[in-house]
Amino acid sequence: MAIFEHMGVYAVTPGMVVMWLIGLTLLYLAISKKFEPLLLLPIGFGILIANLPLTSLMEPGEGLIWRFYHYGIEWEVIPPLIFLGLGALTDFGPLLSQPRLIFLGAAAQAGVYITFFAATYFGFTLQEAASIGIIGGADGPTTIFLTAKLAPHLLGACAVAAYSYMALVPIIQPPIMRALTTQNERRIHMKKGRKISSREKLFFPIAATVIIILLVPASAPLISMFMLGNLFREAKVVERLTDAAQNALLNIVTIFLGVSVGATMNSESFLRTDVIFIFFLGLFAFMVGTATGVLLAKIMNLFTSDKINPLIGGAGVSAVPMAARVVQKLGAEADKKNNLLMFAMGPNIAGVIGTVIAAGIFLTLLR
Amino acid sequence: MAQDVLAALAGNIWKISVEVGDAVEEDDEIFVVEALKMEIPVYAPCDGTISEIKVKKGDAVEEDEVLAIID
Repeated sequence: MAIFEHMGVYAVTPGMVVMWLIGLTLLYLAISKKFEPLLLLPIGFGILIANLPLTSLMEPGEGLIWRFYHYGIEWEVIPPLIFLGLGALTDFGPLLSQPRLIFLGAAAQAGVYITFFAATYFGFTLQEAASIGIIGGADGPTTIFLTAKLAPHLLGACAVAAYSYMALVPIIQPPIMRALTTQNERRIHMKKGRKISSREKLFFPIAATVIIILLVPASAPLISMFMLGNLFREAKVVERLTDAAQNALLNIVTIFLGVSVGATMNSESFLRTDVIFIFFLGLFAFMVGTATGVLLAKIMNLFTSDKINPLIGGAGVSAVPMAARVVQKLGAEADKKNNLLMFAMGPNIAGVIGTVIAAGIFLTLLR
Repeated sequence: MAQDVLAALAGNIWKISVEVGDAVEEDDEIFVVEALKMEIPVYAPCDGTISEIKVKKGDAVEEDEVLAIID
């Protein structure tokens, strides 16, 4: 009978079963271990449904999930919308208060570039290597934005690596930050920067948009949306829009993002040795970025009497605000009265912009 | 000589660990402030007695806001 011929049970392959296990593992990590659940739950489920046979969910032109993926990610709509929400959540005060912290955000991007070169050494194409390197920016939407354009076959692996390592930041970063700093350096209390007026916080997103886009036009989709969200917040006259961007929009778009990205992970694209390299290189990128951020802070201290606690350099790896929390914790371990959290937010947020600029540069050179 | 207990950073009062009239020593935990989902303790700047507590649990506080006074 026809209905039995069309049952999916007969079309299951071993590759599919492996992907089910991977999807279920991500679901377990998300639900039971609370590992980045906002992304890893939809991604895990997306993997599961995309690896069930005969569904045409990912059939180009017809499939439901294909449509989410095509119109949301291939058309580069979803990552910028996420940035709109993130911009509405971001307070640039800590960064504007001590602008020199921008350099720490920039330094941590060295993890992206060094990993890019390492990946080319391992045989990846330039476009693939850029997508792998950008994992070190610790920024999910930017990773997805860049990888969808340059190396879409690696999208699933890069996204899962990026979000997994962002969740693992409290484990990855501390050993490196401790190894590169002395107890005395970790005890440094930083002097507060100047108070930033609301007018400055209002002009910043406008100025930043113009300057950054004039310099790196390819970063426009992400930067313009990020700064628009921030402008909503700082203008204080569109609270409804700010609220929508911070909450409903961000949450809705996250749903589509997770499911689409997960659904790209089928056995053909994911069960290859390449993917193991991607996971190792992604970890490498996080580690190098942490180290370069901390090291630049130490170097900057040679030239200033207003000392920077080098730990905050680690927050240039822009997992917001996880990396800043790691800094607070390590700082408080060295001296319980030292509160580095808001200082660490400076490089943390600068790192987001740094990663977007890095992605813009890769796009410009490698498209 | 009265000393102010200041908020180390902006956040919400998560916990008040003392009451008016308590004797405290320098570095005793007086408050816990929540910021970015982290619990950050505020310590006594000196020995003394809590003469006034200006906030209650859940209040949003600014950096350097006076949270309590120690005599």
